[in-house]
Parts: sequence; C-alpha cells; structure tokens
Amino acid sequence: MKRGLWRDAFRELAADRAATAGLAVLAILLLAAFAGPAFLDYREDEIDWTSIAAAPFATDGHWLGTDRLGRDLLVRTLFGLRVSLAIALAATLVSLVIGVAWGAIAGYLRGRTDALMMRFVDVLYALPQVFFVIILTVVFGRGPLTLLVAIGAFGWLTMARIVRGQAMSLREREFVEAAIVGGSRTPRILLRHIVPNLLGPVIVYATLLVPQVILVESFLSFLGIGIQEPLASLGNLIADGAAEMETAPWMLAVPAGCLVLLVFAFNFLGDGLRDALDPRDR
Amino acid sequence: MGSLAFVVRRLLGAIPTLAVIVALSFLLTRLAPGGPFDQEQALPPEIRANLEAAYGLDQPMAVQFGRYVRGLLHGDFGPSFKYRDFTVTELIGSGLPVSLTIGLAALLLALLLGVPAGIWSALARGRWPDRLLMSFAVAGISVPVFVIAPFLALAFGIWLRWLPVAGWAPGRLSDLVLPVVTLALPVVAYLARLMRGSLLEVLRAPWIRAARARGLPARVVMLRHALPAALLPVVSYLGPATAAVLAGSLVVETIFGLPGLGPHLVQGALNRDYTLVMGMVIVYAALMIALNLVADLVYAWLDPRIRGERRR
Repeated sequence: MKRGLWRDAFRELAADRAATAGLAVLAILLLAAFAGPAFLDYREDEIDWTSIAAAPFATDGHWLGTDRLGRDLLVRTLFGLRVSLAIALAATLVSLVIGVAWGAIAGYLRGRTDALMMRFVDVLYALPQVFFVIILTVVFGRGPLTLLVAIGAFGWLTMARIVRGQAMSLREREFVEAAIVGGSRTPRILLRHIVPNLLGPVIVYATLLVPQVILVESFLSFLGIGIQEPLASLGNLIADGAAEMETAPWMLAVPAGCLVLLVFAFNFLGDGLRDALDPRDR
Repeated sequence: MGSLAFVVRRLLGAIPTLAVIVALSFLLTRLAPGGPFDQEQALPPEIRANLEAAYGLDQPMAVQFGRYVRGLLHGDFGPSFKYRDFTVTELIGSGLPVSLTIGLAALLLALLLGVPAGIWSALARGRWPDRLLMSFAVAGISVPVFVIAPFLALAFGIWLRWLPVAGWAPGRLSDLVLPVVTLALPVVAYLARLMRGSLLEVLRAPWIRAARARGLPARVVMLRHALPAALLPVVSYLGPATAAVLAGSLVVETIFGLPGLGPHLVQGALNRDYTLVMGMVIVYAALMIALNLVADLVYAWLDPRIRGERRR
C-alpha cells in the first residue's frame, strides 16, 4: 500500500510539467554550483587586474563579466549559490529533525506533554522572527554557522505543527494499536510506525521551506549582517551589484537572476509535490 | 459579551507577548561574548571599567534588567552605545514616523490592489485575466524585496528618470512612490492569490447556493454574503503581512536612503549596539502586535461567531 502511494505520487509528479521543469532547473543549478567552478578558468577570489568591471562577453574567459575587483562574476555567483544552497539545505535539515521529533512526540503522547510542548511553539511563533534572527547574529557574530543556527531555531516551528497534527491522527489507526498491543515500546512505535507514515507532508513542507530559508539568508546577507566578504552568498552579491547598478547593471542582474530562478524552481517543485502527495486532492 | 470587553481582553493578551519579547531580547544580548566596547585596539582596563560603570554594565544582570524595564515603562530605551550623542528613544522618535508612513501606505496600497485583483481573478477563473494575474502573483511571491527594489530604482530612477532614485525630504511625495510600491508588491501578490482561492471556495458553499435559490440578485449575494466571508482569510493574513512589510522596510529604507528605523537596526547590529538593537526590536514587535490586534478586531467585526468565544 505504501509502495503504491509513492509510485502514484512519482507518476503524478512526472506528469506535472511545472514541477519537472523545476526539478530539472534545480539539478542544473546544483550541478553548476558544486561542480561548475572546477571547469572554469578562474577562482572565486582571483583578481584579474587586466579586466576590472568588465561587461559580459567583453573579455576572454569572463563569460558573464567581472566585478569591481576584477573577480569573475560567473564563478563568484556559482560560489555564492553554493554557499546559499549549503546553508539552506543544512538549516532545512536541522528544522526537519527538530520539527519531526518535536511534533511526533507531542502528537503521539498528547495530554500535558503535548500542551506544554505546543505552548512553547506558540510562544516562539509570536516572536518577530526576522528580528530575533538579527539579534542572534549580534550575539553569535556574523557568519555561516550563526545563520544556520538562527534560521534553524525558527524553521522547525511550522514543521512541528504539521507533524503533530499527522501524528495525532496516526495514533488512532489500527496498526499503531496493534503495535501497542504487541508490546512495542513508545520510541519504537514512533520510529517504526509514526514517522515513516508522515513522510509525505514532511517532504512537501521541507521542499517549500528551502526557498524560504534561502530568502532569509540572502536578505540578511544583503543587509550586511549575514555572509561576509570574501565569502559570497547570493545576498551579498546582489548588494554589491545594487551598489554598482548605474554603471554595471550586469553585476546586479546575474546574481539576482540566479536567486529568482532558484526560488522559482523550488516553489514549482514544492507545489508539484504537494499535488502529488496530498491525498485530499484525489 | 460586549465588544468593549473583547477589545480589552485582546489588549491585555498582548502584554505577556511583549513581556516575553523584552525579556528574551535582553537575555540574548547579555549572553553575547564580547561587548559594545570591544574595538580593534583593546581599551585600558581602567577606562573599560569606567565605561561599563557609566552604562551600568558592571551591575548584576537582574539589576540591569530591572533598570531597563523601569526605563521602558517611562518610555526610556536607554543610551545608544555607539551613537554617543543620542538616546535610543531619540533615534526611535526620529525614525518611527518615516517607517510608519511607508509601512502603512504599503499595506493600504496592497489591500487596494490585491483584494480587487483576487476578486477579478476568481470571477474570470480560467480565462486570460485570471491567468495573467496569477502569473504576476507567482512572480511577486518568488521575487524578494531586495531584488525588486534595485531593479525598480534602476528602471524608474536611472533609466526613465521619472522618480528620484533615493532621498527623503519631508512632504515630498515623489520620494515615497518607489519605496511604497516595492514594499507593497509581494503583499499584493500574496493577497491576490489568497482572495482568489477564498472567494472561489466561498462561492461553492451551500449557503451561497441557498441565497441564490431564495432569488436574491447576484449583486446582493456577492456583496452581502460572499465577499464578507471571503475576506476572512485576508484579514487573518494582515498579521503575517505586517511582518513581511516590516522586514522589507529594512531593505527598502536602506536602498532608498530613507531615515526610518531600518538603517538604525542594521547599523546597530553591525556595531553590536545592544540597547539600540533591543529598542528597535521591541518597537518592531510592538508594531506587529498592534496590527495583529487590529486584524483580530476586524475579524471579529466580520465574523460575529468569534466574539462570544473564550479562546480562539
């Protein structure tokens, strides 16, 4: 029955043109970000004194031009894409682990534990998240690790709510009852029976969480309180580009285009997955 | 249950939230390793001790917190550690009117554009206005403010020269157009999608069919029955929309050079200016809570079922 669900979902996803296009774009971007720079002639921090702020295709080797320090823009954008993606995927993974564990335990145990755990989630929900992420960057200093912790600290909240709801209805099902009667202990029931059965919504929400995390990270890096030079992220590349847009609009267009493409691709894939995995629409 | 009691209860309910925000932001900033007086060159210990004494940083944490809260209740956010000539209260006083103006204008504009766009889209479901509007909406949701802002500045400020690229003079409205439009666009996109979905769902509801069956004219069914109900999710979204606009205002004020709260918060974060960052976060949080409260009240006004309930 489970195998059938996944096969159906895969077939439905393959038929969804927007979702497959999103998946293809993502595959290309991932490949370009992690393998691409190896095939290009320049390194991300290499300064080419002979071509400062060169326009795209104006000089040999710099396909998308250079920035005001003569660094190759394509290589830098791919490098920034790698940093943004790495932070987003890691922060999503953190949110996923905390959120699933928190929600599954609260939803399965119910009663006072549940009330207390979800009360905690409610309190964190009421905080203005972006501003608390900013406070956390003040506390821990600016850098990739801080961003990871600060974004992960809030990312799991919605996941926990979704998972809790699913866990609450799953615990009423016969197979869970059978496991209890059969003498399985709570941790085993959670790991073997509850968690595997709520993977569908978890995958959908995780896919939709990644672009949100990318946007928060880029937002902070754009403001100068996220990723710092000489490290690049799409956010601080866009900020650099915005500073030079009058004379060199390509410095803005290249990283901005890359970010928009990335977010679009994730959103299309997430929407497609939701349609494929959500049983309500069938 | 009178509506006054409802208002009072909601107001009282906002106090613990604000208290948690104040306590947590205080605690977090004091946890930070290193202080606002860390510089490239280490200060002589005597000077450092004097500075810390002057700002009360040598006191126990509980005393500092008590002093800070007492100050807050009197509208005193303490001194800024880096802008020595200003108190945080003064910086808030100078920035708040600007931020409020563009924030509220953006929310208003978003409602005025987003809601009708959603209604139109729902009524033209599947035809070209719907497809066009929803394509714009998807784009508006995926493109962040910090990408929209420089491109609008480039297009309308530098290439077309219709509007100033950046700057601020009190009362000069042309300075406000680009920032407000930039802030409003993502909210317009979200509202349009939300309104479309909600109206389509309401129009399928049995009580709408019942209203039609009673022979009410289509216009009355729409205006009296369908729209108020379809507006409820839109009203609930006002809270998150405010959060989005406030976060966006950090970007917009920085890019368009507006003297709002945003640049102070960003500078405060870069300088590790605790009191400034805390003050700003508390003000932003208070604004969010206030708008959530307004949203709650409007919701209760539209949906009388809420008012009698003990809890949401």
